[in-house]
Amino acid sequence: MSLPATLRIRRKARKGNSSTSSKEWMITLDGHLAGAVAAEETLDVEIEPGSHTLQVRSSSLLTSPEVSFCAVEGQVIGYSCLPRSPSPVIASRWLFWLLASLLRRGLWIGLDVDDTLGSVESTKSVTTNPVRPLDSADTPRQGTLTTSVRATLAESTAVRRHAPGDSVLVVENLTKRFGSRTAFSDVSFDVGYGEVFGFLGPNGAGKTTTVRTLGTLLRPTSGSAIVAGIPLLEKNAVAIREKIAIMPESPGLYLRLSVKENLAYFAGLYGLRHAGQRIDEALEAVNLRDRANDLCGGLSKGLRQRVGLARTLLSDPAIMFLDEPTSGLDPVASLEVHNLIIGLKAKGVSIFLTTHRLDEAEKLCDRVAIMKTKLRTVGTIDDLRSQLFKRALTVRTVAPLADPTQFFSAIGSVEAWQNVDANSYLLTVEDPQIAAPDVTRALVGAGADVLSIGESQHSLEDVYLELIGEDRGAAAT
Amino acid sequence: MKNIDMTRVFAVVRKELLDFRRKRSIVITMLVVPVVFLVEPVVTIFVAPLSGSSASLDKTVMLPILYMLLISVVTPSTVAAYSVVGERDQGTLEPLLTTPLRQQEFVLGKAAAMMIPSVGIAYLVYALFLLCVELFAHSAIADAVFHDGPTLLTLFLFSPLVAGWAVVVGMAVSVRASEVRVAQQLGMLASFPVIGVIILLISGVIHPTFASAVEFAVGLAVVDVLALILVSRLFDRERLVTGAKASA
Repeated sequence: MSLPATLRIRRKARKGNSSTSSKEWMITLDGHLAGAVAAEETLDVEIEPGSHTLQVRSSSLLTSPEVSFCAVEGQVIGYSCLPRSPSPVIASRWLFWLLASLLRRGLWIGLDVDDTLGSVESTKSVTTNPVRPLDSADTPRQGTLTTSVRATLAESTAVRRHAPGDSVLVVENLTKRFGSRTAFSDVSFDVGYGEVFGFLGPNGAGKTTTVRTLGTLLRPTSGSAIVAGIPLLEKNAVAIREKIAIMPESPGLYLRLSVKENLAYFAGLYGLRHAGQRIDEALEAVNLRDRANDLCGGLSKGLRQRVGLARTLLSDPAIMFLDEPTSGLDPVASLEVHNLIIGLKAKGVSIFLTTHRLDEAEKLCDRVAIMKTKLRTVGTIDDLRSQLFKRALTVRTVAPLADPTQFFSAIGSVEAWQNVDANSYLLTVEDPQIAAPDVTRALVGAGADVLSIGESQHSLEDVYLELIGEDRGAAAT
Repeated sequence: MKNIDMTRVFAVVRKELLDFRRKRSIVITMLVVPVVFLVEPVVTIFVAPLSGSSASLDKTVMLPILYMLLISVVTPSTVAAYSVVGERDQGTLEPLLTTPLRQQEFVLGKAAAMMIPSVGIAYLVYALFLLCVELFAHSAIADAVFHDGPTLLTLFLFSPLVAGWAVVVGMAVSVRASEVRVAQQLGMLASFPVIGVIILLISGVIHPTFASAVEFAVGLAVVDVLALILVSRLFDRERLVTGAKASA
């Protein structure tokens, strides 16, 4: 696997020109939006080695010329861009604008190779900063992986590498209201590259609305987010949708079209030309190659779900949003979907998984967020357990202890105890590693026959019920 | 209508045409409606009285010719009404909205896909009609038909334009409607202005000349384009997904 190269773009401001300073310029790499750069800022974009085309746009019409360059692995390639001075012949600003718009020949923005940007670090790899909102970031900023269309699925689903701490999704105080009804409020979290992030909550908690909002189907009422390195703004909606894939709860396939025709349609919607190979690879990834020519109307629900998953793979998304992917599936079909997700996870695909199936989240997710209109908690399942529950030991003896209160209170490392059944006891302890030997010694010393002693694990369900229960309690008061 | 990616537009067109072909009810509608609208003109032409002045003969042949214009309105209007609400009905709208497809590309692709078969079939029916007239009608009637240049021009020139009108109105209804049936019923309203124009032509309020045909065509083309832009604006993702307007 080759090292990525870095494209470093510095936007310079022309002296005395204030008209364009506030507006961000869009960096288009291989025809796809790679990021935005404000005046006098620098943007770093990680790119695959090979040939690329670059263009800088102020608006859809006011652009730089399109330049082609070839990146070598580990290389830093610098380009600087700045607004060009209007020709003295075309002194009138509106005439200049009109001509630039009509010709679309890059009259507006100059784009030149800048050796000073690339040469400094051309022999070492670049340390990229976490993605931050465009308004607040300083230089240099990290852009996003963009060469998706050209890459084959085999390449794209190979293990991806990103700097530790990189986030594919950053959400800050996001709120969505429909009139007086709040779908979700003040939600903040982030998802790292290659992470499977579980979004849990009961029905009506706002999970699907959150996905729709992050997927630019709904406008947030307040708050901000950066999706696949692009700020969640209406003007960036298409660019965001180019870089993500969403599988809604129902796969929504055209039942009169075959599996392959469905995928070909969506490949076209992602602007993929000659997508045959990519479709084959997506079908291969979900083990559906032999059903490629079957009409979707004739497929079982589980198979349709797999087609839906194949569809999300077509565009090589930076992050996949899977909205309850096993909803309504039988256990075997659910298991197949789980295995597919595990396979994608192994390849480093970032997945945002909404579910109300706790076993699913426990099995698949690196971290989970529990939500009920408001975000209740975010963390790894182990973290959540330790946050919510004291650690405990379960002790089973052959016969009940004569006086368990006196017995357990005599052991210093045991904080509290309770009966599970006649001869089983749940002991609350600070550290099971210290308490377990203490308890064992005490039991043996007291002549008790010990059947088992071990740390008691709280399930995600316990965590979930504890949090949702708290929420219900709070609502009741 | 800027930033339109034709790959996406063609993807929509291809898929729509494929879907039409596989849906029997659409194929039947697209074939039956033109046949129904062909019967009346053919019968009228063949039973038309030969007595009277050439002016009255011209008027006699004008009605059945212009009547066929309704093929271009009725054929696409039912399909157009289904275009958005149908996607919602079969659960394909949300996956579609999650793609980078812009609303203009969606509207343009759908409109093109509906117009291509509708106008194609309409032209085929006109050709069939003229062939019947040439082969089987009385020579005086045939002369009247083939010499009625402005009316024939109106027929051929207006067909794509009124089809465009029907498609745009149908889609506008479809974007707002909550049910396929309601959308299809309201979509039929698209034919009313066209029927009105035909009545005005037949009643002599508007005299079909080459100049008036071209003027009307240009006017209708402008209306179609403006309506297409309007429909694109109606295509609000939030409303389509939730059925409610954004509160933000």
